[in-house]
Amino acid sequence: MTGTSISRYLEQVQERPRRSWWALARRRFLRNRVAILAALYLVAMYLVALLAPVVAPYDPNEGDILYIHARPSREHLLGTDENGRDVLSRLIYGARISMSVGLIAMVISIAIGSLIGGVSGYAGRVVDSVLMRVTDGMMAIPYFFLVLIVVAVFGSSFRNIVLVIGVTSWMVVARIVRSEVLRTRELDFVLAARALGASSTRILLRHILPHAVPSIIVAATLGVANAILLESALSYLGLGIQPPQASWGNMLSNSQAYLWENPLLPLYPGLLILLTVLAYNFLGDALRDALDPQYREGQL
Amino acid sequence: MAAYVVRRLLQAVVLLFIVSVLTFLLIHSAPGGPALLANPDLSREQIEQMREQLGLDDPLPVQYLRWLGNVVQGDFGSSYNTVQPVTRLIAERLPNTVMLTGLALVLSIAIAVPLGVLSALKRNSALDRIIAGFSFIGVSIPVFWLGIMLIIVFAVQLKVLPAGGMYTLGAEFSLVDRLEHLLLPTLVLVVANLAELTRYTRSGMINVLSEDYIRTARAKGLPNRVVLTRHALRNALIPVITIIGVLLPRAVSGAAITETVFSWPGMGRLAVEAAMTRDYPVVLGATLTVALVVVLSSLVTDLLYAYIDPRIRLG
Repeated sequence: MTGTSISRYLEQVQERPRRSWWALARRRFLRNRVAILAALYLVAMYLVALLAPVVAPYDPNEGDILYIHARPSREHLLGTDENGRDVLSRLIYGARISMSVGLIAMVISIAIGSLIGGVSGYAGRVVDSVLMRVTDGMMAIPYFFLVLIVVAVFGSSFRNIVLVIGVTSWMVVARIVRSEVLRTRELDFVLAARALGASSTRILLRHILPHAVPSIIVAATLGVANAILLESALSYLGLGIQPPQASWGNMLSNSQAYLWENPLLPLYPGLLILLTVLAYNFLGDALRDALDPQYREGQL
Repeated sequence: MAAYVVRRLLQAVVLLFIVSVLTFLLIHSAPGGPALLANPDLSREQIEQMREQLGLDDPLPVQYLRWLGNVVQGDFGSSYNTVQPVTRLIAERLPNTVMLTGLALVLSIAIAVPLGVLSALKRNSALDRIIAGFSFIGVSIPVFWLGIMLIIVFAVQLKVLPAGGMYTLGAEFSLVDRLEHLLLPTLVLVVANLAELTRYTRSGMINVLSEDYIRTARAKGLPNRVVLTRHALRNALIPVITIIGVLLPRAVSGAAITETVFSWPGMGRLAVEAAMTRDYPVVLGATLTVALVVVLSSLVTDLLYAYIDPRIRLG
């Protein structure tokens, strides 16, 4: 390249509007229409959950014995259940459980996963192999049995369910953070930080962990989807949220006793679980495309 | 190969040791000890006596080693509820779970591999997108809800299939009856496993198709069909074998929930019922047995992988 062409190239580069990495990611994300639809659906569901007392037409736990297993009508848009309770109102209150369990459990699993993955990757040697063997051990037990043990020992309350799901689902995040730490730990900017006298904790938190954020966001979104599925499964089995408090999972297990009288009853809660989990999975997939352009279809 | 087998076997033993420590610690962190002792009718002396009998006052490592010694000899203790040996309860239920999960896995592979290959060959076509869409639904659908919906359609409305159980009570054994009871739970599990397997086959195939030897095969003039079946598919299937090992813990979890929906007398239902009544020896035994089966299966798939693909055992 001659001197003039270099300067012309530099001019061109400077003319281009400067976009940060996150702005580029946002552009990639906004091109995905399915993902935007999923995000809008989730926002709507969180609003409904938040405003449940305002939105719900009836008290979710108050039954009307004149309307038992009523078909959908103008008074009860989705009908009533075996105690004459309004199904729509129970679904709206149930949303509070599903929508919040997923989020809180995800925060817990990311905190644990980042800690274990970070320490494991940064400390190396014995600490690393012990922590990774424990991670393998946790992954070898089918998660459902692990959750069963914890619920059996500590009982089932909202707090316990959230804790259990968080404490048993950090392994993927730990793996991601660890591999990111291993990748960046020997890079020049980390050496520079160390040369300037930064402590290990500071290097880990300020210099290494930020590089793992995109992968963590993706894992977190998919993690919420799994947490919602797991909570609904536990509640369905009678080991989760206990009736009369409504959750989509325990509404399903109630409805199974009345399949012959009211076959429509199990349709709604299941459909809501499916849509919500689907939305989170679409969102996670779109975020991966947006945040991790190197991730190509061919890769595992 | 021998060195690889030994290394992999040692890993499996260490893994099982960690699993046993984890489950043991979890159970023994129960506030107030086993629910057995929470009985208000017991006097203080009786509780003391039972604690001594059960060895609950010994240090935790001592308790763990004693328990491990029994487990290694196949003794998980007795159920708090029925007083039957846990080993016998498990022996009754395990074959039923293996049958259901095994059948579902075989069928899933038989369906997922052609779908994945098709998807990879017609990348970004309408067909590929439809398959991807169904995969998304497959990973998002709650298995128990799918089960209930199938019961409503086939048992309640159409009345062509049973709503649950493993056989018609009081009837003579017949293969048709068995298959009828297997059909719906198997279908649910196939849907649950299909998505992941299809995705892995698809990406395995796409990876292989970009390899140099595929270009070589095409360049020397082999017909497309031969390139795909002889050169591509064979190598694409190798990673699919290991995925089965990865998928197994999740498949077993799905089976446990499905068993409850269809009242299938397997390990999952045993564990769920035991968890509800805080029957610790049964929960512990069931979990360890399932973990053992899972670890052994993934050991077998890994060894198979290393046997087929020398790059693994040498790398």
